[in-house]
Amino acid sequence: MKVLKSLQFAVVALAANCLALSASAQDNTLLGAGSTFVYPLFSKIFAEYGKTHDVKVNYQSIGSGGGILQLTNKTVDFGGSDAPLNAEQAKKIGAPVLHIPMASGAVVITYNIPGFNGALKLTGKDLADIYLGKITNWNNPEIAAANKGVKLPDVPIVVVHRSDGSGTSFIFTDYLTKVNEEWAKKVGKASAVNWPAGLGGKGNEGVAGLVKQTPGAIGYNELAYAIQNKMPYASVQNKSGKFITPTLATTTASSNVELPPNAEVSLTNTDNPKGYPITSFTWALIYKDQKYSDRSAARAKMLLQLMWYNIHEGQKNCEPLNYAPLSKSALKVAEKLLKSATYGGKAIL
Amino acid sequence: MKHKRLDLSYSQLRWETVFKRILWIMSAILLVLVIGILATLIVQSMPSIKSLGIKFLWGKIWDPVNNIYGAYPFLIGTILTSFTALIISIPFSYAIAIYLGEYNPKGWLSNLLKNTIELIAAVPSVIYGFWGLSVLVPIIRVFEAKIGVAPYGVGVFTSSLVLAVMIIPYAASLGTSLIRMVPSPLKEGAYALGATRFEVIRSVILPYTRSGLFAGILLSLGRALGETMAVAMLIGNTSAIAHSIKDAFFGPGNTMASVIANEFTEADHTVYLSALIELGLVLFVVTVIINLIGKKIIMSYTNN
Repeated sequence: MKVLKSLQFAVVALAANCLALSASAQDNTLLGAGSTFVYPLFSKIFAEYGKTHDVKVNYQSIGSGGGILQLTNKTVDFGGSDAPLNAEQAKKIGAPVLHIPMASGAVVITYNIPGFNGALKLTGKDLADIYLGKITNWNNPEIAAANKGVKLPDVPIVVVHRSDGSGTSFIFTDYLTKVNEEWAKKVGKASAVNWPAGLGGKGNEGVAGLVKQTPGAIGYNELAYAIQNKMPYASVQNKSGKFITPTLATTTASSNVELPPNAEVSLTNTDNPKGYPITSFTWALIYKDQKYSDRSAARAKMLLQLMWYNIHEGQKNCEPLNYAPLSKSALKVAEKLLKSATYGGKAIL
Repeated sequence: MKHKRLDLSYSQLRWETVFKRILWIMSAILLVLVIGILATLIVQSMPSIKSLGIKFLWGKIWDPVNNIYGAYPFLIGTILTSFTALIISIPFSYAIAIYLGEYNPKGWLSNLLKNTIELIAAVPSVIYGFWGLSVLVPIIRVFEAKIGVAPYGVGVFTSSLVLAVMIIPYAASLGTSLIRMVPSPLKEGAYALGATRFEVIRSVILPYTRSGLFAGILLSLGRALGETMAVAMLIGNTSAIAHSIKDAFFGPGNTMASVIANEFTEADHTVYLSALIELGLVLFVVTVIINLIGKKIIMSYTNN
């Protein structure tokens, strides 16, 4: 009996302890969820921020769609997404949401052509034709026309795409939709589409694995992933007709153009002649009016200060982690957006 | 003395009722759980059923952009991979069951083998997927180049091979236990009549354990139908329908479980999400139908 009593006591004490802990944790812990792409960057920035400020950030990388859902249910302070809200999501969320650019990323075309060690050049139209299943061999004259002076072998092309729904696929198909009419008509853009040709690999590692193993394969990966895994990637022709090698600098350049004030913009096929054409922002999503549910003004301010830090001091963490930092015009838009956030109608920052 | 006996039987009786109730509650919970899952699937797939109707089952196009969804390619893929895997696995699981049940039921070698086979079932499926991708796929690719099909490496055949390995332990373990339980008088009788070991197995052990062995196979099949991760990594994930039998078998395909796993997290509009849930419902129904057919077959065996 004594044992039982003391056990009961221990359980009660433990529960009380937990409650106390979670209550105090809630005061200075901000919650976020969403994009897996931005997760490494966010965790680094938030760790740095935690060193100088009394704020903890708990960010769960559950995918952009999941992050938007959590924000809709108001269970997180901010969402992370690689694509702007679509019409249905915006309708469901019911209140204005700010899209704050956090960094940008590029999708690169990886390949494995036996007996070819040079740098491949591709035009957007040819890329779409390959993914449509119309160009099926590496020695196709269309590809040869873009690669003057090098000889591509007579090897059938094996098309590899993502099998899981992902922001990477969204950026890639968004680009193809802009540069090839047939693609726009037949396939369109989404995080998962009805692929006309090829194999599906699960995740960045699945696509990379298939490309590395299969002779003649072409695939697409995040720039950071391709750099870390030392995969060859192609230069892609941009709107101005130049073949641009994807780097952090050319990715940043792609967003250094006139941007709309809400930053909900697709950067693919950029107007900047120095910009790589298959890029995108990754956004943090927050409600424009921070007074909802039972949020305190202090919490709203804490969130906005964190976001402000992200787009300023936080940007220095981008390059070591292979993210492209925000361009000048992107930073300007992001600052304005953050200043437009309100709490019960009053500006926060 | 008599009084005490009565006391005892009261408490015995009480425990009898309590025990019976516990059993009853446990089974009721399970039943409610299954019905709950079915109900959830039906309710959640309503938007998709309303917008697509019955042609969801034989629609051949899966196009999230235009909101057209058809389960046919995945239905075929699921059934093709599961049954191929089953056919590949049966000789192995039967051989293992007979060897461990009859030829070598005791001793260190038998224990080692039995533990190894149980270990096969304990390996997480993502490990099988990874192993398949890095070891099996290159080998299959060479093989495919030799027989003159497109050498992708990944595809229905590759996932069936890996699935076969994954499902062997289920039929093998059950088979081993059943064969060990065959009464020795039956076997001794056959030996006494001059039967050889093979003849004993063929005409005494196998007929005696037939329905049990079949139940083991059914267990394996259930596992193959629902397997997700390893298949998603190895099947090539395309919803295009193959044009020839050779292509359907060696080429890439897709299964219901792997589509759900691949696309669920980023399904960003109502009908899309609902179509994925309806796919789950179809998988549920297919599994139930196959199980019912299996039960029927077992029943007819036992009646004979």
